[in-house]
Amino acid sequence: METPDQICSRILSRLPGAEVSVLQNPGPAAQHSLLVGRQSVLEVAEFLRDDPELRLDYCSNVTGVDWPEKIIVDVSKVSTPDPAGGAPKVTEVKTERVQPGYLEVVYHLYSVSLRHGPVILRTRTAGRDALAAVPSLTPVWRSAEFQEREIFDLFGVVFENHPDLRRILMWDGFKDHPMRRDYVEPEDYEWEPTPHGDLVEKAKKARAQAGGTPG
Amino acid sequence: MTPSPLVPTGGATVRAVNDEFHGDLLEVSMGPHHPSTHGVFRMVVTLDGERITKLKPVLGYLHRNHEKIGESTSYLGSMPYTDRLDYLNAMTNNWAYALAVERLGGLSVPERAEYLRVILAELSRLQNHVCLAGFLLQDTGASGTPLMYAFREREKILDLFEALSGSRMMCNFQRFGGCRTDASPAWLAQVAALVGGFGRFLDEFEELITGNEILMARTQGVGVLKGPAAVAAGITGPMLRAAGVGYDIRKVDGYGLYPRFTFRVPIGAHGDTYDRYMIRILEMRESIGILEQALRDIPAGPIMDPKAKLRGFRPKPGESYGRIEGPKGEIGFYLISDGSANPYRYRVRPPSFVNLTVLEDLCLGHTIADSVVILGSIDIVLGEVDR
Repeated sequence: METPDQICSRILSRLPGAEVSVLQNPGPAAQHSLLVGRQSVLEVAEFLRDDPELRLDYCSNVTGVDWPEKIIVDVSKVSTPDPAGGAPKVTEVKTERVQPGYLEVVYHLYSVSLRHGPVILRTRTAGRDALAAVPSLTPVWRSAEFQEREIFDLFGVVFENHPDLRRILMWDGFKDHPMRRDYVEPEDYEWEPTPHGDLVEKAKKARAQAGGTPG
Repeated sequence: MTPSPLVPTGGATVRAVNDEFHGDLLEVSMGPHHPSTHGVFRMVVTLDGERITKLKPVLGYLHRNHEKIGESTSYLGSMPYTDRLDYLNAMTNNWAYALAVERLGGLSVPERAEYLRVILAELSRLQNHVCLAGFLLQDTGASGTPLMYAFREREKILDLFEALSGSRMMCNFQRFGGCRTDASPAWLAQVAALVGGFGRFLDEFEELITGNEILMARTQGVGVLKGPAAVAAGITGPMLRAAGVGYDIRKVDGYGLYPRFTFRVPIGAHGDTYDRYMIRILEMRESIGILEQALRDIPAGPIMDPKAKLRGFRPKPGESYGRIEGPKGEIGFYLISDGSANPYRYRVRPPSFVNLTVLEDLCLGHTIADSVVILGSIDIVLGEVDR
């Protein structure tokens, strides 16, 4: 099978406007991936599926990765010449910059007909809150249907044009996205309002009015 | 058009749905506590008479966020927890996870450990498929007898697992870089005895049930899945091969030592429930062949890579995806390391979760009784679906 670099250059020659680059994997596994901008992910996915040399007809694994915003400290050295004529004085200047957080969706693609793979496709959202949206690839590979629903549920990525975007593992009334790195578990997440709660509040109030100790 | 309130009736909840053209449709909520749903799984089925017009699977009753727990523990710490995914096949879950970690850390596996992995994975496949055949027949109404025969054989395999790993089902046996304990010659002799008798058991089992008229009537032509639709929906394992697609990761990826073994990949012709049953029977016969070869060729030697560091394992930053052909389909693990002792991202690619994608397609137009048989032939385990 072609290397990710070859696939990337072929995509660029076929779809000149596409934002595609190769993301290196520094580990021993050396499974490099294609990083595709979310504007072009749908056409790149269709190209990967339909290209006769690739025919990546089987999307095996779809998953999300949360990358929260990071504060990066840049250290630069500034040398000021010594007015007395000695060696210049070198001071370290630290500048902090904030790398905005984003959510990443990773697709592992294989070809059943040509028996090769994986080609790893990644796309990123613009941000982690209101901007957390990418186009759904369920129209290209149906196997993404449940897995994208799971990412929507657990990471909070909104997949545009997904046929049935609902929570799948957590229950419908659940508010948060538990797979995010900054998720804080509530003390009692199975709490549900019951009539007893109101009654206890009422009793507390009545006791306070009567001057007793709140029980 | 307002639906009538829910009326609980035993295990199922029934609601009438008013429809102008077709009269009354009935919405039946099957599960989550229903003996035929293999765990806590719910199907919301809309019925026109007895025919299914719509089916929505509802999951998550067993969800405990396995992946989050995997990210908050060490690489070794997740190994026993992978047993609880597909709790029938702890051995293959362990192997898939070990494979992903080995790729992440660049570890190798000694030859004897690779042979042990093949032996245990194929034993695991035997007991999974034999269970599935028993459950499926139970679902079609062959009450008791085939399931008991199947469980008799499964129990023998679980005894072997227990002798080797200390636990029948939660084996926690594989390690990245090898295996936990070595097999004694006596244990290998016991495996050989079991393998020698398994073919006879399959003959007996098939004579009992495979040609049964009622089984054929209930399963042939029911829940037909065609090859291209199966590939697009990401179906893997026996279900894909029953649909006529010869895709077996043991052959395609050649992980472990599988390229050394001679075995065939059975393929179905019709893609119906009967084919899905038969594929499992045929795969068991191939597994017997693999086991015989492995038991013949297993060398002596170490079972752990000396470079592997189990405790305090800190792989270099990077990522890896490892997948194997589990008894239910492609089980894969995706790991991202940031250089610390815990994985930054730990993801399980569960085969039975993805295989459920086509449940509605398979059931449409069939009767509600068939939906139970079709679900049985998909072979789901909710520990893995819900994670």
